[in-house]
Amino acid sequence: MDLQLLATQILNGVQLGVLLFLLSAGLTLIFGIMNFVNLAHGSLYMMGAYVAAAVFNTYGSFVLALLAAVPAAILIGIILDRVVLAGLYSREHLDQVLATFGLILVFNEIVRYLWGSAPIYINAPQALRGTLEFFGFEYPSYRIFIIAVGLLCGLGLYLLINKTRVGMLIRAGAADAEMVDAMGTNIRRLNTLIFGLGAGLAGLGGVMAGPILSVQPGMGEPILILTLVVIVTGGIGSIRGAFYGALIVGLVDTLGRAFMPAAFNELLAKSLAQAAGPAVASMLIYLLMAFVLAIRPHGLFPVRNG
Amino acid sequence: MRQHFLKTIVATGLGLSMALVHAAPAEENRDELKIGFMGVFSGGQAALGQDSYDGFMLYLKNNGGKLGNRPVDVLKADAQIKPVVGVQQAKRLIGKDGVPIVVGVTFSNVMLAVHGPITKKEVFLIGTNAGPSQIAGKECSPYFFSTSYQNDQKAESMGSYAKSQGYKRIITMVPNYQSGFDFVSGFKRYYQAPLLDEIYTPLDQQDFSAELAKIASEQPDAVYVFYPGGLGVNFLRQYQQAGLLGKIPVLSTSTTDAINLPAQRDSALGVVTSPVWGPDLDNAANKKFVAEFEKEYKRIPSDFAAQSYDGAQLLDSAIKKVKGHVEDKAAFMAALKQADFPSVRGHFKFGNNNFPIQDLSIFEVVKDDQGRFNLKKIATPLKAQQDAYHQDCPMQ
Repeated sequence: MDLQLLATQILNGVQLGVLLFLLSAGLTLIFGIMNFVNLAHGSLYMMGAYVAAAVFNTYGSFVLALLAAVPAAILIGIILDRVVLAGLYSREHLDQVLATFGLILVFNEIVRYLWGSAPIYINAPQALRGTLEFFGFEYPSYRIFIIAVGLLCGLGLYLLINKTRVGMLIRAGAADAEMVDAMGTNIRRLNTLIFGLGAGLAGLGGVMAGPILSVQPGMGEPILILTLVVIVTGGIGSIRGAFYGALIVGLVDTLGRAFMPAAFNELLAKSLAQAAGPAVASMLIYLLMAFVLAIRPHGLFPVRNG
Repeated sequence: MRQHFLKTIVATGLGLSMALVHAAPAEENRDELKIGFMGVFSGGQAALGQDSYDGFMLYLKNNGGKLGNRPVDVLKADAQIKPVVGVQQAKRLIGKDGVPIVVGVTFSNVMLAVHGPITKKEVFLIGTNAGPSQIAGKECSPYFFSTSYQNDQKAESMGSYAKSQGYKRIITMVPNYQSGFDFVSGFKRYYQAPLLDEIYTPLDQQDFSAELAKIASEQPDAVYVFYPGGLGVNFLRQYQQAGLLGKIPVLSTSTTDAINLPAQRDSALGVVTSPVWGPDLDNAANKKFVAEFEKEYKRIPSDFAAQSYDGAQLLDSAIKKVKGHVEDKAAFMAALKQADFPSVRGHFKFGNNNFPIQDLSIFEVVKDDQGRFNLKKIATPLKAQQDAYHQDCPMQ
């Protein structure tokens, strides 16, 4: 295989990885600190994309869309946390799954009611619609932009979690929430803060994905499944785990899809290879997850307790 | 004696009333007719079902809520994209609701599941979209009529077009499921030369960056793709962002249409596609349909809408012929078979398997004279074409 193709595919993997990181970071904190299963996280991603598309179609500016969508997602997240989910934190996981699954349906119907069933339009800013040339190969500039934004968010979260007082509380909360509460910190307020932060990141993910993926009802579900794979692989409650987990899942998924079918073509009869190649490639990340769980049941970067 | 007299009168009365019942077909049946409309009305592909439904309801509305002078009550049934749900809905429609006719069905997997349960109960099924090969061949039924296409047809016209354009190196790229396989085999049947590569992606895959990088490095003469609904929006946008649009021609089936174009816009410009109907087909029925649809719904109709508009026209014509008595199944079946209606795609008649024999055209995405992204007919590679499976169908 030629090196340029390999380089392109690695960039593709990283790009998918950082997009997944934007969603996983919030989800893993909500899961790890509040012990809350939030299936509606994908809906916040969808709302981010829809708000961005609505603003984009009215004002024609991607930057404005970005500036409107992220606060909107944070606001929706906080309202959700305070109004709907507040009563659910003390309930069992099954109740939480049921309630947040219901929320997915509600959000899908809301966007269908407001914007219709058909996909709606949003595009990258004019300057990012072309390609950039690296050592002899072209790569979409917008995807480079996504990678940059994702890495910046990663850096920002690293600083927030490791260098600030709030970050210290978040880390403490992930390790032992009850103790943090007992030490006099308002864990309820901390939860709302984390939920808002997670919602904002999910919304940002939605905005970033808008120009690549179609903005339509139900767009949050496929990515939610990948996100769950990421946080389980990376270790629940750990931002570091979410970051590396997302990159690993992104790279394995992309490189698998890119090179598995060709590898199968070499080994098997053509008709069999055409059926088996893509099927095995799409299973790879789940095999990876199963493998990781078998050798490290708490994920690759578990939160250290006590 | 008196008792005997009474008996005679009752018997005469009964006889008379039976005679009257028997004579009834001379009069028109004006009772309300229940029709089931099945499609995908929820989930990511709901826009396709909605457009089908809107096309059907448009004809009904402009026809005073009647088909063949019989008032019609349409019962909507959401089959999603799930065969199991489709079967449940079909059982409800023909069991509890007792409909004699079911219209619609968006996806092929659902069609395969409901075709048997509906037609074996001798309920008429008017397919206005999905046309999997099985029901065009061995499993064909006299109770089924299609106002759309047999799946392969749309790909066959594109294969024929690709050959006429002299493309030598072609890569096909479709989702890894039945319709994807059908379209690739239909494309090959008329393209007739070996393909450079065949790429299959999981049906739920949204991002095609890995495959596009491969296409960019192979530099084929053209790519042939089938990505329905939102997948088509993803594919073309990413194709444009990868700098391939305008460099490597895109030949497509069900990837860009009136439903997707508002979200695709310039990422679809120059893409060619092969629906069995397009908004600029030059005939009076089509001009009327497009104008009425745009007035009613403020958007350009898709082929989904056109096909079910034809479904409504077909029912209207056949119910008229039997004077509203769809209960006379043999007569109604014969009336449907005549396809005596002005199809919005011009020539239209049924083959032995009740699938259409029709002209198949190629359309290109352009900006129309109102500045909207729209389809424009550029070629008609196959005329009065019949599907590849009709000889496997034992019907005459």
